[in-house]
Formats: sequence, structure tokens, C-alpha cells
Amino acid sequence: MVEWTDSERAIINSIFSTLDYEEIGRKSLCRCLIVYPWTQRYFGAFGNLYNAETIMANPLIAAHGTKILHGLDRALKNMDDIKNTYAELSLLHSDKLHVDPDNFRLLADCLTVVIAAKMGTGFTVETQVAWQKFLSVVVSALGRQYH
Amino acid sequence: MLSKQEKELIIEIWTRLTPVADRIGAEALLRMFTSYPGTKTYFSHLDITPRSAHLLSHGQKIFLALAEGSKDIANLMTTLAPLQTYHAYQLRIQPSNFKLFSHCMIVTLACFMGDRFTPSLHAAMDKYLSAFSAVLGEKFR
Repeated sequence: MVEWTDSERAIINSIFSTLDYEEIGRKSLCRCLIVYPWTQRYFGAFGNLYNAETIMANPLIAAHGTKILHGLDRALKNMDDIKNTYAELSLLHSDKLHVDPDNFRLLADCLTVVIAAKMGTGFTVETQVAWQKFLSVVVSALGRQYH
Repeated sequence: MLSKQEKELIIEIWTRLTPVADRIGAEALLRMFTSYPGTKTYFSHLDITPRSAHLLSHGQKIFLALAEGSKDIANLMTTLAPLQTYHAYQLRIQPSNFKLFSHCMIVTLACFMGDRFTPSLHAAMDKYLSAFSAVLGEKFR
């Protein structure tokens, strides 16, 4: 089981409490598709992904980004058992969606960068550590059921 | 592959931030040491506590090397030849750590620039740092 200090819990909760899911979700997924273009392979049915501008203006991508970000709420509510919380989603990504689990890490990195840009100096070193720990546990849980 | 526009963007950023080279470099290093404690093992001979003189001077050194490389990306192999040798034969840093530093440099730039650190700039910078890291690791084997 992952151990969380009170400080880490406070940092994670604080980030989520002021999170604009639509803005951050959209920006993170767009950034991932732009910075790591090979991730677009999973979004063939999402319409125009021709360049950075069209990706950022794509409403289907925006909606999906929001959905993904809300998916993190489960981890927030079950911080002491993230592993089992995502068992079903992990199987879904493996067996139905066939997503290479290394992509979870790329999206997590993009989310971190978007939040860092939003928080500026408020995204302190300690905040980065706690946030990245949280995301790495989520990423690990999502990759866990692959077989 | 970096487009002409991306190369210009990269040069512009490094040039604009050169006055605060030590602060940016030091912050990237500090973020790396704290997020990935294994990376501290290469710095047992320095004082890498926040705001230390060593951290600032080392941060500046790394920043200036990155800035210098950006001026002629097509010739990174030539520009970085001495650093390649140094990292491969003397420092012998596990090359996977270059990625960790690159990530922390990108986070530092994002905090510093906020919205101005656009996805396009992020992509260009990520590509540049990957290319830089790859060249730096060339002589390892």
C-alpha cells in the first residue's frame, strides 16, 4: 500500500479543489497529442487533428480531456487503494482500447506541465514531488492489469 | 526534426532567459533532485541545498551549455564534443537521467512562463532537449 503523509494529502487535495476540469483537461490532452504526436493513433475517430491549431480547437478532444481528468477523481477519493480502484479501467485500456501503458506516463507529464504553467511559482518543488507521486501511482495502477 | 520556426523559437527563449540562467538552471536541478532522489548520487561532492552557491553555479553552467547548443542545432555533435567526452568517460552518468533533467527543465520553464509556454514551444523544447541528451550520450558506448 502506498503511504501518504498529511502534507502530501493536503497538496493533492488543494490542487484538485481549485482545478478547472474543462480547461486543464482540454489543455493536457491537446498538449499530449501535440508534443507526442504518436499518441494521436488512439484518436482516429476524433475528427481533425491536422496540426496544433486544429487539435486545440477540436471539441471532441476537449470533451475527452475533461473526461480523463474526472477519471482522476476516483484516485483522489480512494488514495489508500488506488491500485484496486483502477483495476477495471486498466483492463479496459489493455483489452478494449489497446493503449500502450507508457502513454499514461506521457499524459501524466503533460498534465504536470499544464498545472505547473497555471500555478507558476505556486507549483513549488514540494508540490511537484507530491503531485508526481500521485500521478505515478495512478499510472502504475492503470498499467497493472495488462497481460 | 526541428523546423526552422522551432529552431528560432528555441534560440529566442534561451537568449531571453540568459540573464536568469543561474536561477532557472538551479531550479531545474533542485526539482530533479527532489523528485528523483537517485539523481543526487552524482553530486555528493557539492552542496546542493536550495539557493546554495554550488547549485546556482552548476545550474548556470548547464543552462549556458543548453543555450550555446541551441545557436547551431545542426552542429550539436561538434559543439558538444568536449562535453560528450566528459560525461562518457569521467562523469559516467546513467543516460536515463538526462530525460529526468529535461523533464524538470520543462516544468521549470512552464512555471516561469505560464501560458506563454505554449504546446508548440513545449514540443520544440522537448525535441531540442531530447536531441541534446542523445548527442551527450553518444560516446557512452
